[in-house]
Amino acid sequence: MNGRWRRWLLAVLAAVLLIAAIYFPKLKRKVKTSAQIAQPSEEQARRELTTATPINPADPRVKAKMFWTSDEDESALSPIAVDLALSPDPVLRAKQVLNTLLAGPVNSDLRTLPADAALLAFYLLPDGTGVADFSEALGTSTPSGIQSEQRAVDSIARTLEANVPQIKRLKILIHGQEVDTLAGHLDLTQLFIVNTKAAQPPTLSYGLSLQPTPANASPVAAGSSATAKPKTAKR
Amino acid sequence: MSGALFAIAAAFGSLASTRAQQPGAPIAAPPYPTVAPSPPQRTGLNIVVLDAAHGGTDPGARGAQGIRESDLVLDLTFLVRRALEAQGFQVLQTRNGNENPSFDDRSTLANAQRGAVFVTLHISSTGLPGTVRVYALPDMPSRANAGGILNWDFAQASYVGLSRKFGDAVQGQLVQRFKGSPANVQTASVRQLRTTAAPAIAVELSSVSVQDRSDLDKMMPRVADAIARGLAAFRPSYVLPAVAGAQP
Repeated sequence: MNGRWRRWLLAVLAAVLLIAAIYFPKLKRKVKTSAQIAQPSEEQARRELTTATPINPADPRVKAKMFWTSDEDESALSPIAVDLALSPDPVLRAKQVLNTLLAGPVNSDLRTLPADAALLAFYLLPDGTGVADFSEALGTSTPSGIQSEQRAVDSIARTLEANVPQIKRLKILIHGQEVDTLAGHLDLTQLFIVNTKAAQPPTLSYGLSLQPTPANASPVAAGSSATAKPKTAKR
Repeated sequence: MSGALFAIAAAFGSLASTRAQQPGAPIAAPPYPTVAPSPPQRTGLNIVVLDAAHGGTDPGARGAQGIRESDLVLDLTFLVRRALEAQGFQVLQTRNGNENPSFDDRSTLANAQRGAVFVTLHISSTGLPGTVRVYALPDMPSRANAGGILNWDFAQASYVGLSRKFGDAVQGQLVQRFKGSPANVQTASVRQLRTTAAPAIAVELSSVSVQDRSDLDKMMPRVADAIARGLAAFRPSYVLPAVAGAQP
């Protein structure tokens, strides 16, 4: 092989390397994207296992109030109006608003519940006690602390209060079980009052002798949610 | 014979007094000797049970640079202990090392004392750094302790009012030292407080999210001082319920 051929060969090799260097990152991105499409994440898989809440487009669209963290005061909740088609059935309606609450606000810093948590089931007992069963992530991913745990429960209770008037009290289960605390602090063995006007001490025969506890540590919850001017968001 | 006559006379007396009662009228005094209701018993506040939350396999909140709530609150407990002992209080701790007693074990220590208050110490994962909040339980149904028997699951029911007073006294001291902290005690369903039969509060510092542990270390002596001064201010209000189950 003479010198001329050798130069040609080196030039071709250099060109191939250059093209490969340009194309390789694009190829890597494509492979990564297609892998993400093909393999659902653990969270997606979990959500698929839970029964999807059917949305009937014929249901009237209402401005549902979601209680997320206030952008002005981290320790408080703020109602945000979200345009949703809500079922008249209280159980379906509760599932719809809780799933919206779990999905979080546009600004993810203001979410009150962990992104990887899911609502597994919701029941409404004849005495007005709502039972919300969440995945384990609600306990494991909620930031540990009295303030953060109280805010998480308050956001659930206030959102149900604002959108599902049939619910008077709330019991929170984790993966179908009663647990001592949410993330080490807040007592989940109790019932939380949702509708402060309608709730009376329950006459329940299941579980422990449950006593309702007001879920009202946050300033918004302690005051009247109706007096707070809601912000509006389209969803 | 005379005893039997006395019993019959007493029975007639009782019947007569029952008949004399009208609906809505105050209940007449029973015709047999009763123990005069004792006035609220003023008991000296002597013992403070300090609870360093979490421990053992439960590190509590975790922050950057390996900050663990369980370690920090233990250090804070020793500082609070020193400040309280300087004020003449006797102090008991639910843990002295890296153990993790159960909620009930911690309450048991407090419930076995007479003239005690309970303070559980926490550091949160969230919240405005450099602030401190005090929590007491929301109202609990008083019938939980009906019959004078302590209902373990609702042991705090008789002490909620005193706990809030105690919490306000401590929070009042904290807000002077840590700007941005609330002025009054907050209410939250803290599990540890529910089974404690004594004035009981939770104190929570913000937060383990600080970049440097020294930020929290600097807060601790001032938190300890605030708790000791708050407790000293609360001391005159410390009147235990005279009868188990009665509201203070």
